[in-house]
Amino acid sequence: MPDLEELYREVILDHYRSPRNSGELDSPPAHRVEGFNPLCGDEVVVTLLVEDGTLADIKIGGTGCSISQSSASLMSAAVKGKRLDDVYRLIKTFKGMMSVHESTLGPNDGLTGNGTDEDAGAADEPEAADLSKLGELAALQGVVKFPVRIKCATLSWNTLAQGLDDLESAAN
Amino acid sequence: MAGPDGGDTLTAGAGPLDVEVVRKDFPLLGRLVHDRPIVYLDSASTSLQPRSVLGAMERYYETTHANVHRGVFATAEESTRLYEEARASVGRFIGSKDPTREVIFTKNTTESLNLIAHSWGRSNLGEGDIVVLSEMEHHANIVPWLILAEERGIELRYIPVGPDGRLELDDLDARVSGAKLVSVSAMSNVLGTINPLRLIAEMAHRAGALIAVDGAQSVPHLPTDVGALGIDFLAFSAHKMLGPTGIGVLWARSALLDEMPPFLGGGGMILDVKLDRFLAAESPHRFEAGTPPIAEAVGLSAAVEYLGAVGMDRIRAHELALTGYALDTLAERLGTDCRVFGPPAGEDRGGVLSLAFRDVHAHDLAQVLDQFAVCVRPGHHCAKPLMRKLGVSATARASFGLYNDEHDVDVLIEGLIEAGRLFG
Ligand SMILES: Cc1ncc(COP(=O)(O)O)c(C=O)c1O
Repeated sequence: MPDLEELYREVILDHYRSPRNSGELDSPPAHRVEGFNPLCGDEVVVTLLVEDGTLADIKIGGTGCSISQSSASLMSAAVKGKRLDDVYRLIKTFKGMMSVHESTLGPNDGLTGNGTDEDAGAADEPEAADLSKLGELAALQGVVKFPVRIKCATLSWNTLAQGLDDLESAAN
Repeated sequence: MAGPDGGDTLTAGAGPLDVEVVRKDFPLLGRLVHDRPIVYLDSASTSLQPRSVLGAMERYYETTHANVHRGVFATAEESTRLYEEARASVGRFIGSKDPTREVIFTKNTTESLNLIAHSWGRSNLGEGDIVVLSEMEHHANIVPWLILAEERGIELRYIPVGPDGRLELDDLDARVSGAKLVSVSAMSNVLGTINPLRLIAEMAHRAGALIAVDGAQSVPHLPTDVGALGIDFLAFSAHKMLGPTGIGVLWARSALLDEMPPFLGGGGMILDVKLDRFLAAESPHRFEAGTPPIAEAVGLSAAVEYLGAVGMDRIRAHELALTGYALDTLAERLGTDCRVFGPPAGEDRGGVLSLAFRDVHAHDLAQVLDQFAVCVRPGHHCAKPLMRKLGVSATARASFGLYNDEHDVDVLIEGLIEAGRLFG
């Protein structure tokens, strides 16, 4: 089952079985955000601590499938200790990797895709250089072949982005 | 069955249902998915259609289509007749004594239940009035009542679900006491539990309450007789019973319908309209504003004809045997790795299997099964209160129709074993 092996790469299964940064930080001082996927009932709880423009600490809780859980774990490992600028950039790159393909895939596994790689979502298309910066996160690229699972992969990222927005608007 | 123009090969008869013959009537079963023959196990969500249903709708559009209850020209008269004949045949199918007044066409079960809440509910329920539901309801039979609770302070009580997946009816007397309405599903779309409607209806009536039934899962799979059940309302969807999407049914006793105010306002539901008032038509037209789903009614009519020709008793017997085979084989091959929610196989269990396999998430199970062309549904099945009670956020649900066979179950198990291998 080559497609499945592309989806469930070893890195993904590893993060699913032993999630990094799992749990919740005390809030306050940490900021706590919940994200839901109403379609499948997955939920993620992100607690984050921002200090001096840096995402000093992050923990992930909640329940979900291997894709949503491993994506959250990979995300936490990738953003922890990073400057906020870099975190925002990473969120954008990751979501770009997901959405480019989302828009090129038609309802039938992409067989009847109504756009081509050139004309769909070009604005969001991440540079190859960006993709190479994703490191382990690039393992999630296989998800784009399974359009319904993209929401699983992006759930924790959207929740993190929501949390950062909350903090930013609270600061302003 | 449906004769030469229906194109179906099925012949009615005694003895067990011949699933090989039935399968030939369903073109979608000929489809390959990932180069494998499709194994369709999502009939609780929506069923497949036999050729006779598809043919009836196509013929209607090709030869007859015109709006109903309006024109005097020949095709308009014919389409009106087909639409009204559909009402009659659907009514007969569920044992209605007066289909021309008691059968209302809606969009689906959801709309039928909302019609009850909106029309009967708003004219009969106020602050503190009690509506009794159960913990195994689909959101379609919870949210309309929650809306009324928010809007006018009605009180909701829930019949609990026991550890065996059955309703706990021991203190039903106390629970329905003082209630105005009991609204429960005939069969759970998560557990497969078939509820003892006759008993619940009797208790409800003794307490002076009416009883509404969500028949979305029962009408497609069990013989239904509204009179024998002693119920007041019944809601169901065509697309789960071999018919098309876009049409559902609300059956209610005509005495109730006569007292109920309109649901949606518009054309077709009035006797007269002035600038400052209107006079509503009689039931069922009072509840069917706007151009109805005509081709869909024709399709539904062909679907109940097909179901009737096979025989609901034979369908039930086939699905009961298949459910028994599935539960036995799952236990035999997978042991305690596989957990199936709901009661054991038996008279009070339908062909709906909500599965948990080791600790593999339902989404992942469904993804692996898809590679085997097995169609199962992961998720909460629009019954979040029940899922909370079961202590799971999602299950993978396999559900049967009359066209499923033991081979389908065997492929399902093959897929589960692969999921076990992949997730270690
Ligand atoms: C028990 C039950 N009630 C209501 C519904 C809603 O049916 P529909 O989506 O056709 O309105 C369903 C189907 O999902 C169901 O299984």
